[in-house]
Amino acid sequence: MDKLVIAGEELDSRLIMGTGGAPSMHVLREALTASGTELTTVAMRRVDPSARGSVLDVLAECGIRVLPNTAGCFTAGEAVLTAKLAREALGTNWVKLEVIADEHTLLPDPIELVEAAEQLVADGFVVLPYTSDDPVLAHRLERIGCAAVMPLGSPIGSGLGIRNPHNIELIVERANVPVILDAGLGTASDAALAMELGCDAVLLATAVTRARHPARMAAAMRHAVEGGRLARLAGRIPMRRYAQASSPFEGLATS
Amino acid sequence: MEIVIVGAGVIGLATAWRAAAGGAAVTLVDPSPMSGASSVAAGMLAPVGELTYGEEPLLRLGLASRDRYGAFVAELEELTGLDTGYRTDGLVQVAFDADDLRYLDDLRRFQESLGLPAEALTGRECRRAEPMLAPGVRGGLLAPRDGSIDPRRLGTALLAAAERFGARLVRRRAARIVVDGGAATGVGLDDGTVIRADRVLLAAGPWSADLEGLPPGTVPPVRPVKGQVIRLRTRVPFLRRTVRGLVKGSPVYLVPRADGEVVIGATQEELGFDTRVTAGGLWELLRDARELVPGVTELEFVEVTAGLRPGSPDNAPVMGPTALPGLIAGTGHFRNGILLTPVSADILSAMLLDGPVPEIAGLFSPDRFSAEVQA
Repeated sequence: MDKLVIAGEELDSRLIMGTGGAPSMHVLREALTASGTELTTVAMRRVDPSARGSVLDVLAECGIRVLPNTAGCFTAGEAVLTAKLAREALGTNWVKLEVIADEHTLLPDPIELVEAAEQLVADGFVVLPYTSDDPVLAHRLERIGCAAVMPLGSPIGSGLGIRNPHNIELIVERANVPVILDAGLGTASDAALAMELGCDAVLLATAVTRARHPARMAAAMRHAVEGGRLARLAGRIPMRRYAQASSPFEGLATS
Repeated sequence: MEIVIVGAGVIGLATAWRAAAGGAAVTLVDPSPMSGASSVAAGMLAPVGELTYGEEPLLRLGLASRDRYGAFVAELEELTGLDTGYRTDGLVQVAFDADDLRYLDDLRRFQESLGLPAEALTGRECRRAEPMLAPGVRGGLLAPRDGSIDPRRLGTALLAAAERFGARLVRRRAARIVVDGGAATGVGLDDGTVIRADRVLLAAGPWSADLEGLPPGTVPPVRPVKGQVIRLRTRVPFLRRTVRGLVKGSPVYLVPRADGEVVIGATQEELGFDTRVTAGGLWELLRDARELVPGVTELEFVEVTAGLRPGSPDNAPVMGPTALPGLIAGTGHFRNGILLTPVSADILSAMLLDGPVPEIAGLFSPDRFSAEVQA
């Protein structure tokens, strides 16, 4: 598999994981291992970096890089502060920027998001913003210096899959930074579709952590991401209205 | 047989009672008995209502403990003359919206696949069972044999029972494990005194790995998981039984007691040894409780507390001999310490006294985490 490059850093796995919803640390460890992920996002407002036995310890023991996120922030101010605390605590300037508009949909607030992204980019962060699937907004985030854009497939935790594949294609077409499909995936075919549409990576959590067998679903997602990426690189055939025999009818043996 | 038990929460106290009743000379060491998660816990006895995928061994242990509870409480109340607030009137689990109902349907199918009786209720049936529920609740599940107990009353009774059989309580902090010839032979207190023992039980919840002198890897990683809990009081009949609900995916429960107390819990936060009560924690609990049971905001406020549950990597308790001879672990009971008290006391006292250990204990041995990093 070709490498994913974000802000000059190479990753072999194109599956980025989240940790939310895992029933136990043991299950989380099994799922992360099965996913083959090299980068996993953690909600900084939900962990204490100095506590032992936490999700951060699990990631460290598995050799997985931490991507702090600003989940739970409703304003640019909170998100910027959370990102700075994360940088101090974890020694990374990468941040998955999440600024949520309301608790009901958990959709991003685009105005606060752009505001926070501008401040964090100016402060030297590598900003990976969680955005709606609006191509205009995604392009704007790239223009202000974000290292990737992370459009949603559907609302966080909904498992509804990719509701507007056309928009995702538009975002991919125009982007010069990696496009990471973030949020809403429910099962393996959703992840494969994201990659077939041209996304560079997939970020998911709930689909795995709340599955009946999280490690098995994590393995399925890993294969789906790899399969989808290969299919994208291979190039799919054009769709046709009528059948076309895969073996020619002409020149068959006749009497 | 001389035994020292480090930690006088419900697990340490119940084991002290059983071990002392079995003839051992028991010393409990705790600067402040019942001050950890035991006194914050709401006391739901809900192995069925709290079932989680992949945690079938924990379910089996929970059912084993629930089955022991009636006789355990009867014996305890008879011995001490103290009431524990034990109730077996079931638990109703309620879905607030259609998404929550889909989750409950999934849980019911899982319960049925494990042979557990689960009665599906319509929204109307939920409200007939519990008239204070919000009109909009979508449906629910009844776990008829689940129940609750008042953990503070339970703790008081357990201490009285242990003392009745001669157990001694030392109100000091255990600072170190005394090791002689490769075996645990006692506990050193923070004032420098040493209590010698043939066996030491470590039942100090998330603080269990903090003792000096523990060889590395002796105690599996048990971390503190913070929970904030609100206590209210009602003067009029309010809820008939424990109500557990999912409100837009977020769990909340209300546990009523005969004395009018209503306990609302609980947050689940991974913030290390932090027991601060937060505005956001209270708000989320009250918000969700009020969605389910609107009348809850009329009740009198009594108290809010935050405790630290001892969480093991697989959420199940860690019970059994450690790599250090003479030292037995009894921690990691996480969200289920009150439920698991009777069976844990039977298991741990049997291990301390070399009696017949219930077979199920084998699933919860400390060495099951050997592949993972030890604290």
